Amino acid sequence: MTAPESDRPQIGLFVTCLVDLYRPNVGFAALKLLEDAGCDVTVPAAQTCCGQPAYNSGNRADTIDIARQVVDAFDGFDYVVAPSGSCAGMLKSHYPGLLADDPAYGARAAEMSGRVWELISFLTDVCGVTEVSAKCEGSAAYHDSCSGLRELKVKDQPRRLLASVEGLEVRELPTADTCCGFGGTFSVKYGDVSTEIVNRKAADIRETGADMVLAGDLGCLMNMAGKLKREGDRTKARHVAEVLAGMTDTPAIGEGS
Amino acid sequence: MQPKSHAFKESARDAIANENLQTALGNLKEGFIAARANAAAGLKEFEQMRDEAREIKNHTLANLDYYLDQFEQKVTEQGGTVHWCATPEEARQTILDLCRQYDAKKVTKGKSMVSEEIAINDFLEANDIEPIETDLGEYIIQLAKEPPSHIIGPAVHKTKDEVADLFHEHHQKYGLNERLTEAEDLVAEARKVLRSKYFEADVGITGANFLVAETGTTTIVTNEGNGDLTQMLPDAHIVISAIDKVVPTLEDMATILRVLARSATGQEMSVYTTLSTGPKREGDLDGPRAFHVVLLDNGRSELLGTEKHDLLRCIRCGSCMNHCPVYHAVGGHAYGWVYPGPIGAALDPQMIGIEDAFHLPHASTFCGRCEEVCPMRIPLPKIMRHWREEAYAGEVTPARERRVLEAWAFVAKRPKLYRSLTGLGMRVMGLLGRRKGRFKRLPFARGWTKGRDLPAPEGRTFMAQYQAGRRR
Repeated sequence: MTAPESDRPQIGLFVTCLVDLYRPNVGFAALKLLEDAGCDVTVPAAQTCCGQPAYNSGNRADTIDIARQVVDAFDGFDYVVAPSGSCAGMLKSHYPGLLADDPAYGARAAEMSGRVWELISFLTDVCGVTEVSAKCEGSAAYHDSCSGLRELKVKDQPRRLLASVEGLEVRELPTADTCCGFGGTFSVKYGDVSTEIVNRKAADIRETGADMVLAGDLGCLMNMAGKLKREGDRTKARHVAEVLAGMTDTPAIGEGS
Repeated sequence: MQPKSHAFKESARDAIANENLQTALGNLKEGFIAARANAAAGLKEFEQMRDEAREIKNHTLANLDYYLDQFEQKVTEQGGTVHWCATPEEARQTILDLCRQYDAKKVTKGKSMVSEEIAINDFLEANDIEPIETDLGEYIIQLAKEPPSHIIGPAVHKTKDEVADLFHEHHQKYGLNERLTEAEDLVAEARKVLRSKYFEADVGITGANFLVAETGTTTIVTNEGNGDLTQMLPDAHIVISAIDKVVPTLEDMATILRVLARSATGQEMSVYTTLSTGPKREGDLDGPRAFHVVLLDNGRSELLGTEKHDLLRCIRCGSCMNHCPVYHAVGGHAYGWVYPGPIGAALDPQMIGIEDAFHLPHASTFCGRCEEVCPMRIPLPKIMRHWREEAYAGEVTPARERRVLEAWAFVAKRPKLYRSLTGLGMRVMGLLGRRKGRFKRLPFARGWTKGRDLPAPEGRTFMAQYQAGRRR
């Protein structure tokens, strides 16, 4: 990257493949939130995916190649931020181990790990954001995505910011910390089991009576939205960044225009 | 039991469609999670106790030969005998030989997962010795001729109604003709039937939660007291256990006990913690005349020093399965071998081979809750991932799946190619899905769309829009 002359923190946005392909709105919401928080954001062109499809299938060699590509692409930024606990967790917690034996990349992956953040916790814990200026009428249940919750300890941060959204009532989802059954390639390879798990999640969401279900990971959201839609449920699914950025004028996940 | 893990997908489908099973699993989920959470919150040093417990086991495993030697020496000093068995076959034969030595016709049994590993019941029956399970859950599934579905609640997949039917069917021969339906009554009836068996048995077999090296003691924890009667009343007590159960001292055992029951059932302690040190001594009022410890390896020693070494810390509390979304959905039998849930997914491939157990480490969302609640802090997802890597490298992973992944990776490693392919693909999918916003059926994603809609992409990718200048 070419370093601009600025005191503002320089952020490399790791868009994540699902946001890039399925829901660009989340990526632009992330841009807005980061810039509003006083950051300069760049989106390196040499990014595709964090490598989890290969990693979780046991394909270590390709995972390592992809990890090197990410380390190269995000060299030099003050922070690497992703609108996903899962992908941020991959970069932060798994790359150092994957590249540990690599003389050229081992130290760089370990160094990058310290700069990697999940979007919402970055806003609160690094930028010190305590409230947002967004408006959103209705009620929302928040689901904790597993990797964000357990690998990165993202739990209170999104709830705190959501509490500042004008017009929004946040309802606690009783099983918020239970997996939705997505699990990446698991959701297709073990579709029956995955569907059974998300059945229960959908029932729990419905029980809250909330208008919306929010989460910080698009994979989980596509899974929950897909189940709710299949059942004809009207609960809308959105990424938490869309709500915090006030960018809810597009159709919700799985809804037509 | 014969491994049926290769049929995981089919078994899982059947399990999901089984209403009785789903009712039983629903009860389990609610109960165990809340109980463990309360127990953990109720002991302020709980997290520290977990660290201490882990360190005790790490130290023991680093010096396993020393502590096993010491254990044998102490057992021998107390008048007992240790039998080393590398394989299930050896362990079965050793137990059969011992039973014959004591002219056993009937054998009572306390709960033991290692005895499931070696399938001792079938073997004894085939050799005209009647094994009688005395743990209520084990007794129920013995009547049902089923393997356990949970390592601490073997019959947790059964509803009360199913138990009522089983007892009604099997207890009439004792003149108990009424079909009882209340839990208390069912327990009382089982107790009545089992009571006489304790006195008729010639040999009692129990497992062991701990083998204490400094004293040569074996310890069991139970909630029913059946283990005490099983090991005290017959002529001979045979302990069937495995080499990873050893701990250096009684104090170490006490430390681990503090996290065991809390993690398992949410109790502070199990109702009975029973220590056996050698056979009956002069002046003892009770106890067996002979005391044998059959120690099984069955692949465990091969784990030492490998990336799966941490599995040997497991104390079989069942907390990982109590908190596992996959276990909650399919129950224990779908895993197709002795140890279900996350611990089974990580351990079974070692015992039955990754070819047979291929699905087990793959059928996990890696949600990480098992590791979060494991009292011994075993990194279960990490170990499952090692199995996936071994399966992939060893070409156990189906060739079709590997080809798809490698094609995807080829593209993912070439950002420009990736952009042009995904850009086009998403525009097409976006157009097709624009009106409804989702797909009900997609030929290449049937695993997904069978039970869920697939949300459609917005259309133009983020990168395409960003590169075209959009910033907000």
